[in-house]
Amino acid sequence: MSLLELDGVKVHFPIKKGVLVDRTVGHVYAVDGVSLKVEAGETYGLVGESGCGKTTLGRSVLRLVDITEGSVVLDGTDLAKLPGEEMRRFRRRLQMVFQDPLGSLNPRQNIESILSEGMIAHGIGKDQEERREKIKAILDKVGLPSNALARYPHEFSGGQRQRIGIARALVLEPDVIICDEPVSALDVSVQAQVINLLEELQKELGLTYLVIAHDLAVVRHISDTIGVMYLGSLVEEAPSDALYAEPKHPYTKALMSAVPVPDPEVEDKRERILLTGDLPSPANPPSGCRFHTRCPWAQAERCATERPQLRDIGGGHRVACHYAEDIASGKLSLTKGEVVSATREGVEDNPEPDDPETGTSAEDTPAKIPAQAEKTAKDEKPAEASEEPEKAV
Amino acid sequence: MSVATKTDKIQRLAELTATKETSTGASLWREAFRRLKSSKMAIIGAVIIAVFVVIAVVGPYLTPYAPTAQTWRGEVFPNQGKFVGPRGENWFGLDHLGRDMFSRMLVGARQTLLVGVVSTLIGLVAGFLIGGLSGAAATLGGEAGKRVDSVIMRFIDMMLALPSLLLAVSVAAVMGQSLTTVMIAVGVVQVPVFARLLRGSMLAQGGADYVLAAQSLGVRKRRIVTSQIVPNSLSPVIVQATLSLATAIIEAAALSYLGLGNPDPAIPEWGVMLAQAQRFFDNAPMMAVYPAVGIIITALGFTLLGEAMREALDPKLRG
Repeated sequence: MSLLELDGVKVHFPIKKGVLVDRTVGHVYAVDGVSLKVEAGETYGLVGESGCGKTTLGRSVLRLVDITEGSVVLDGTDLAKLPGEEMRRFRRRLQMVFQDPLGSLNPRQNIESILSEGMIAHGIGKDQEERREKIKAILDKVGLPSNALARYPHEFSGGQRQRIGIARALVLEPDVIICDEPVSALDVSVQAQVINLLEELQKELGLTYLVIAHDLAVVRHISDTIGVMYLGSLVEEAPSDALYAEPKHPYTKALMSAVPVPDPEVEDKRERILLTGDLPSPANPPSGCRFHTRCPWAQAERCATERPQLRDIGGGHRVACHYAEDIASGKLSLTKGEVVSATREGVEDNPEPDDPETGTSAEDTPAKIPAQAEKTAKDEKPAEASEEPEKAV
Repeated sequence: MSVATKTDKIQRLAELTATKETSTGASLWREAFRRLKSSKMAIIGAVIIAVFVVIAVVGPYLTPYAPTAQTWRGEVFPNQGKFVGPRGENWFGLDHLGRDMFSRMLVGARQTLLVGVVSTLIGLVAGFLIGGLSGAAATLGGEAGKRVDSVIMRFIDMMLALPSLLLAVSVAAVMGQSLTTVMIAVGVVQVPVFARLLRGSMLAQGGADYVLAAQSLGVRKRRIVTSQIVPNSLSPVIVQATLSLATAIIEAAALSYLGLGNPDPAIPEWGVMLAQAQRFFDNAPMMAVYPAVGIIITALGFTLLGEAMREALDPKLRG
């Protein structure tokens, strides 16, 4: 049995109108039926573009948002059904590290007070003296000096603040830590430090992580299993290496094809799948497969009417696509969208560019996440790009 | 240079640069105070207020004459337009009853400060309770809380819709003519302002990540309100309180001017003095100028300090 099991979790936010009496005029289907399992001591990575509901899912696990339907079972207890006070006490076992390290720390409290807050709430340590000893030990673990105690959040650097955020979660000795974009607000050099710290802590304390991120490299580095979300539901789930080696779902394929490869020879041959259309509104999701409006392999009938469920296609690889095998074997061809050479989309063959900067800036383009890359792709179809290489940025 | 002195120097440098174990961090309030000290506006405002407070506290003991003694009644004939201006024994001249204006100004300062502070306090405390309740209900009370908040706020909106002076006059009319009435009337006018301000500020903080963090830590709701949301919502309220002191003094003066103030002639008050001077403005404008200038300067002092505090506490300016 897994430590944390989500089964059919739905979080729908009502859209309300009215002055005195609110009328519900619709729902935003932020999370729409997600089932996943997180094994003890492992890291589950959740990726997806912004607005796909991954943060809401993370918050629903902690019941920071109300769960509309489904269950969140931690170690045999269904959190979705716990009454308020019991849920409050249960939060000790589930902690969260937030995206914005400064915003998640109360600017009016010093570090000691911030770290004591949770311990007081759960009655850990009988007096402040005892709590202080424990806090000092945790600060040492996350690599902060003990003189940090009397200082305030704004006096620390971004990386240090995130360490404080991690320390705050750790003082309660939780089983599961949900990291919501733990490093996306940090400098790249600091990102690595924080990621390494999280890994060390996992090894030392046997923690279980649910890491939510949009940075594919970060997730790949830290996760054992990765789930890909699109518009409120999981489209693919697989062990980290398997997913990166061979993504099965069309959306994951498009997502992965946007990642630049550090090897220049491979990078030259890399192909990008360009998606058409915009991300549909979660208030009015498409029928059938959520992705069929943008899927390059979408088929006429089934995709628009029948919603695919996650199914195991071998090796713990789960995909929510009717035609995953056919796409993998090459039986199906593209119906829309296009595959372009990743290196060619910015600049067409132009042996001696007039502006030396154009060459360098073009290399940045493929690194964007699909949502952004697509935008750039629209106004730089390869044909146009050859005429106006300056527009490549 | 010998090696020994060199190592000494390095040692010394290390000592100087090291953060002391006991060093305490600078809280935001302390930093705001530091910023306040370097603001000219704040210093001018603070000096004016300090002088005013000193006058209000010790002034009544330093009066050269009793403020009610009509010592020079024989020299002033209001009917014939004969008044006495500033002179050696009476620095600010005499009023229409032959009383020393300087003494009356000194004693009046205390009344003015009292009215300003007490009425602002009334508004602040009542507004804080109402706004705090409303804000707490809206941020953490769920659906039911939002409804409670909605009801309270519509009530507050009704109060805000009334012109403040009209509201004050109504209160004064109901309660009769006295200094307490003036203070309550002016205070009631401030209640919706403070309530709305605190609630709005709490709502803004309610969605902050650190509130979410406290919730995920399992901190009790009541404690989230008192230790997380309220301390972070206070700064605009404190700024408003400082600014309100200025308006409270002016409004109290206005009420006194309209004849709703303290009926006891034994206790001079700047607003009352201004009201009385109006009748003789043609012949003795200085009688009105002294209390008017007093009110203006005091209000200016509070406004300057309030504005400077707003700047010092504004998180957007924080480096």
